[in-house]
Amino acid sequence: MALIQHSDFADDSWIRLDDASEAPIGAKIIVSLERWQRDRESLLGRNAPVGVLLKSNQPPALIAADIDRLSLIALEFPKFTDGRAYSYARLLRERHGFKGELRAVGNILRDQLFFMRRVGFDAFEVPDRARAQEWLKSFGDFDVVYQETGDGRRRPVRVREPEIGG
Amino acid sequence: MYVYDEYDRTLVAERVAQFRGQVARRLSGELSEDEFRPLRLMNGLYMQLHAYMLRVAIPYGTLSSVQMRQLAMIARKYDKGYGHFTTRQNIQYNWPKLDAVPDILADLAKVEMHAHQTSGNCIRNVTADQYAGAAADEIEDARITSEVIRQWSTFHPEFSFLPRKFKIAVTGSPHDRAAIKVHDIGLRTIRNDHGEVGYEVVVGGGLGRTPIVGLTIREFLPKRHLLSYLEAILRVYNQEGRRDNLFKARIKILVQSMGGTAFTEKVEAEWRAIRKDAVDFSSEDFARIAAQFAPPRYVTSTAHSAEFEAARLADKDFEAWCRTNLAPHKQPGYAIVNISLKPIGGVPGDATAEDMELFAKIAELWSFSAIRVTHSQNLVLPYVRLSDVHAVWQALRGAGLAAPNIDLITDIISCPGLDYCNLANARSIPVAQRISERFASLDRQYDIGELKIKISGCINACGHHHVGHIGLLGVDKKGEEFYQITLGGSADENASLGTLVGPAFSYDRVVDAVETLVETYVTKRQPGEIFLDTYRRLGVAPFKEALYGSHPA
Ligand code: SF4
Repeated sequence: MALIQHSDFADDSWIRLDDASEAPIGAKIIVSLERWQRDRESLLGRNAPVGVLLKSNQPPALIAADIDRLSLIALEFPKFTDGRAYSYARLLRERHGFKGELRAVGNILRDQLFFMRRVGFDAFEVPDRARAQEWLKSFGDFDVVYQETGDGRRRPVRVREPEIGG
Repeated sequence: MYVYDEYDRTLVAERVAQFRGQVARRLSGELSEDEFRPLRLMNGLYMQLHAYMLRVAIPYGTLSSVQMRQLAMIARKYDKGYGHFTTRQNIQYNWPKLDAVPDILADLAKVEMHAHQTSGNCIRNVTADQYAGAAADEIEDARITSEVIRQWSTFHPEFSFLPRKFKIAVTGSPHDRAAIKVHDIGLRTIRNDHGEVGYEVVVGGGLGRTPIVGLTIREFLPKRHLLSYLEAILRVYNQEGRRDNLFKARIKILVQSMGGTAFTEKVEAEWRAIRKDAVDFSSEDFARIAAQFAPPRYVTSTAHSAEFEAARLADKDFEAWCRTNLAPHKQPGYAIVNISLKPIGGVPGDATAEDMELFAKIAELWSFSAIRVTHSQNLVLPYVRLSDVHAVWQALRGAGLAAPNIDLITDIISCPGLDYCNLANARSIPVAQRISERFASLDRQYDIGELKIKISGCINACGHHHVGHIGLLGVDKKGEEFYQITLGGSADENASLGTLVGPAFSYDRVVDAVETLVETYVTKRQPGEIFLDTYRRLGVAPFKEALYGSHPA
C-alpha cells in the first residue's frame, strides 16, 4: 500500500482505527461512520484530527452536519466499477464545502486517478510503489476537460474565442 | 457539420496515446486480461466469439464523405473489407488485431472520429433523429442538443462508472425517429405556449430482458437547463441505481422500484440544489454550436423540379424507389434520400469498403458531403436537390444499392446474433436473409406496406425485437435454435411493446410463421391500414389462431 497526496507519493500520517480499539493519544485517526456516530463526542474531545471513512453505501448526507469538524474524509471503492463515490466526492466538495483531505481507498485502477482528481479527491491509497512513476503519469493523461467539476478547470467552450463568420 | 477545434483534437489524440500505452502494457504481460478488460471496453474494444470487435462511434449518426472514406480504408486495411452499421449509429469492425487497434484509433482521430463511450458503464454515444437538420417537420436540429450532450458526457469524471451503460436519444421533431421512449433518457424537442424551445424529458425506457416504455418526468425543460437537469438525473442514478445485480442495474429498474413520482421528486430536488451556472451552457454556447450546424448553401428554393418529375414518369423503377426511399425536406426543392443497406438476401447493415467509397462520392457530388447513419441500419443523404435525385439513384443502382424497401417488410433490423456474438442463443442474420428472400417480390412488399420486423439473437434485444411490428427473439431449446414471436411493438411517439403470440418456432419454421402472420393481416385489413393498425384493431387472437389453430399447443 502506498499513498499519493496531491500529485506525489507521501508518507501516511493517518492511522485507520477499527471500531474496538482505543485511539492512541494525539494520533490522527480515521474511523468508520458507525464509530463516528457512536463516539462522536469523545472523538471530538481528543484534541487531535479525526477523519471518517464512508463506505460506498453511505452517502455524505450522513455526515453533512459535521463537515467542519472533520479533517479527512475517506471514500471507499469496494470494486473499481462501483462509481458511487465519484458523486459523493463532488457533493462533499461542491455542495457541502468540505475543504479537508478527500481520500480514495479500496480497489482503484491507475487509469481512474485522473477522474478521481477531477471530482475532488486529493489523496489516493494505491496498491504499490513499484510502478510509482507510471501511476503519477496518469494525472497528465488529458489536458482538455469538458466539465467544470469544482477542480477549477474550465471547459473549452467557455474559453474559445468567438468565431468570425459562420 | 460539427468540426473539431483544437480542444477536441487534443483530447482525442491524448486518448489514443493513453490506449496505445495500455495495449503495450497488455502485450508485455504487465496487465492481465482482467485488468485490461475495463480499459479496452472504454475504447470500444469487445471480445467476441472469434476475435476482437471494435465499435466506432458515429456521434448522432453524422458522417462526412471524408470520414466515410476513412471508414472504408480501415475496413480494407485492418479488417476483411467490410464494416457493420449497428442499431445505435455506430460502425463495428469484426476482425481487428489487438496490436493494430491503437493505429486504427489514430487513423480515426485523423478524421475526427473515435471509439470512446461505445461500451462500458458510461454515458454512451448519444443518438439522434437521422433526418436532423433536414426534416420538414422539425422544431430544431437535434444535432445541436446532441453535440452539447456529447461534450458534456465525454469522459465525464463523475459518470464514467455508472451501475450500467446509459443511453440518451434526442429527437428534434414531434414524430419520433430516434426511439426516445426506449432509452435511459429520451429528449423530445418541443415548443411551449410562449414559443420557447425546450424538451420533454422521458426517463427509464429500455429494451433488454425487462422492456419498458419510458416515463415523462418533466413536460417542459427549458433548453438552457438541459445539462444541469441531465446531471441531476445521472447523479440520482449513480448513487441509487442497483449495483448488486447486473440485470437490475439499468435506470429503468430504479424508476420502477422507486415509483415514478418519488423518482421525479428526487431528481427535481437534486436539480434545485445544483449550481446550474457551472453546468449549463449559456445561450452563446448554444449559439456557437448551432452555428456549426448551419444549413448548407442550398442553390434553389423552387419546390418543383421538372427534370425530377419527368424522370419519375419515365422510369417506373425510379418511381418505385422514390416512393419508399425519399422523405420530405424542410428546404423546398430538396429531398432526404434513404439508402437501404438491406438488399434482398443481404446482411442488414453490412457495407463493403467499395460501397462506403461510393456513398462518400455520391454524398460529395450531391449531398454537400453529408451522410447519416440510421438506427434501422440504413444510411441517409440529407441534402439532395430534387433535380439530382435521379443521378443519385442511378449511381446507387449501378452498384446494386438501390433497394426500394425503406420501412417495408424486407427492411429488417437484425442484431449480429450467433454468427458473431458470444451471448447469442440463435442466429439472427440468416433469419433476416431468409425472410427477405421469401418476400423478395416488390409488388408483394408494396401490397403489404409498412411493416417493421426486428430480430434479436438473445434476450439482450440488440435487434430491438420488442418494438418490432413483428419481433423475433432467438431462444435456446435443448440446444436447438427457436424463435419467439411478438406482435404490435413500436418505437415511435406512440411507443408500445410487442405481445408474445405463443410458443416459439424452430429455425426451419419461423419464416413460414412470419408469412402466416402477414397473410392474416392481408386478409383482415381494412383499407389504408398497415400491419400495426390491423393488429391494434383486432388484437392478438386472429394471429394466434392462424399460427396455432384454435387449440394452441
Ligand atoms: S441481442 Fe443478444 S445475440 Fe444479438 S447482438 Fe445482442 S447480445 Fe448478441
